[in-house]
Amino acid sequence: MKILVPVKRVIDYNVKPRVKADQSGVDLANVKMSMNPFDEIAVEEAVRLKEAGTAAEIVVVSIGEQKAQETLRTGLAMGADRGILVVSENMPEPLAVAKILAKIAEEESPDLVILGKQAIDDDSNQVGQMLAALLGWAQGTFASKVEVAGDKVNVTREVDGGLETLALSTPAIITTDLRLNEPRYASLPNIMKAKKKPIDEKTPADYGVDTAPRLEVVKVTEPPKRQAGEIVPDVDTLVAKLKELGAVA
Amino acid sequence: MMDADSFTAFHEQLHRWVRERLVPAETEVIRINRVPDDIRAEMADMGLFAITTPEEYGGAGMSISQYIATMQEISWAAPAFRSLLSINVGMVTTSLKGGTDAQKAEWLPKTAGGMVAAFALTEPDSGSDSAGLKTRAVRDGDHYVLNGTKRYITNAPFADMVIVMARTHVEALPKNAHISAFIVPVDTPGVTIGAPDEKMGQTGAQIADVIMEEARIPADCLLGREEGRGFQTAMQSLDNGRLSIAACSAAYAARALDSGLKYATERKAFGEPIAGFQLIQAMLADSKAEIYAAECMIRDACAKADTGARVTLEASCAKMFASEMCGRVVDRVVQIYGGAGYLKEYDAERFFRDARLYRIYEGTTQIQQLVIAKQMLRAMDG
Repeated sequence: MKILVPVKRVIDYNVKPRVKADQSGVDLANVKMSMNPFDEIAVEEAVRLKEAGTAAEIVVVSIGEQKAQETLRTGLAMGADRGILVVSENMPEPLAVAKILAKIAEEESPDLVILGKQAIDDDSNQVGQMLAALLGWAQGTFASKVEVAGDKVNVTREVDGGLETLALSTPAIITTDLRLNEPRYASLPNIMKAKKKPIDEKTPADYGVDTAPRLEVVKVTEPPKRQAGEIVPDVDTLVAKLKELGAVA
Repeated sequence: MMDADSFTAFHEQLHRWVRERLVPAETEVIRINRVPDDIRAEMADMGLFAITTPEEYGGAGMSISQYIATMQEISWAAPAFRSLLSINVGMVTTSLKGGTDAQKAEWLPKTAGGMVAAFALTEPDSGSDSAGLKTRAVRDGDHYVLNGTKRYITNAPFADMVIVMARTHVEALPKNAHISAFIVPVDTPGVTIGAPDEKMGQTGAQIADVIMEEARIPADCLLGREEGRGFQTAMQSLDNGRLSIAACSAAYAARALDSGLKYATERKAFGEPIAGFQLIQAMLADSKAEIYAAECMIRDACAKADTGARVTLEASCAKMFASEMCGRVVDRVVQIYGGAGYLKEYDAERFFRDARLYRIYEGTTQIQQLVIAKQMLRAMDG
């Protein structure tokens, strides 16, 4: 089995994001970047399938600026075999990303594409679903358990009412939820080996994909500051206060 | 050395691992007075015991700067973690590099893989004055017979092997050539490890006596298969050891200050967080500046050491300053915590006790003063 794992370089989850003064987006100058945590879970799942003897090869793909190569190296250090870097200085929108990935999937013919359910920078949560539609492949989104059984892949999803298990025919698309696994820390020897693993460099043009934006960001703002609360002595005071604020009639 | 990109990738991950895995495990380390087995296994899996081992023996072959930066990163967490691997990646690896090819091939992959080894120089009646060392090694055919007691031996209770400094000549020789180094497996009959000593702090790190009574080891265990080189071997690793203690002093001071800063912003007095008071701010600011100074010293000394230069003077200066500085910082942090700082329930009390050792081992502050002054006077004569 061959697995394709797209990974995105995003602002590190420990960093407190700050909005640019002109409200055009989040300020990324000199900010620590790392692999999208959901993508780490995707790589981990692929590596576990490889360790279990189910998967033979893992290919990691990243679309973004040149530095996304570091993100690919992280995936290679975790256990992926090779990487594909699609260099695009402006981050393409989800549809363009899905189109590029669809072309790569056609070239690579993976049995599974495992993606993070969303990236923590724009929280779009679209690429996996769009990719499944473009390819016409089965999809199991928000996976909390993945089990390969013969030519089927059983994906357990966390839905509002409980757990739903889907049996997917391969090739298939899986997007990972937080509880699927706990990604490993790459070992020092594996980090050193990752340096020697091959990374192919491409551009969106190589795949004939137009990455011109279809969407316009109007404004990015910080979440409103939380107002200080007030402790009231009893219910009567509470009701009176709420009436005063016009929150209840 | 590791290439810069790989080291950065490793360092970033280590930073995260220390905070996500080691810091939350501190309570358990203190409760069981050792590093839990799962963390120890993770340390080995990550390759932390192999950072200084040459690549051909399965290690990362880090430069001094990289090695010290790694120790500094780990030292953000309780000292027991760093302590468990410090002897392997420091004195033991340096010593083994002076061994024969066969000795290197046998032991380096083991120490790199997480087999804990100890280094035994200090004795009940000799410490930094290694000339007075009493442990004897007497040649007997194809064997050496060892007798003597080693004291304060870090990791002895966890060790499978001890590098023992022993006297192969009765009378003292110039350059301490009466001392040889031996690779002693702990399961050698006649070798016993004493009960772990009870300490003021650094819970989870263990030290004990190593006692040798008529312990017979094959002559092949003589490190480098040459008598009289033991002391030089020991001295080679001293500069690095001192840089390592400087680095963990700086890191632990930073950890304590981080804790003090958080406490100061949360604890209220006279209706506002105490961080708003200038006398608290003075303690925070003095601590920050001193930590920065220590970090600069360490970085400078490491950069010089990377070029192959001897850094005896710089390492002693950095060790002395950083450890004394750490003592001042943890003292201020207890002060910032106020009454809570005196309670075991809060971290400040533990930082205070843990840090006290840094001014003592790898040569006390007084020994560093002697080393520094000696280097100055020698340069004056030269």
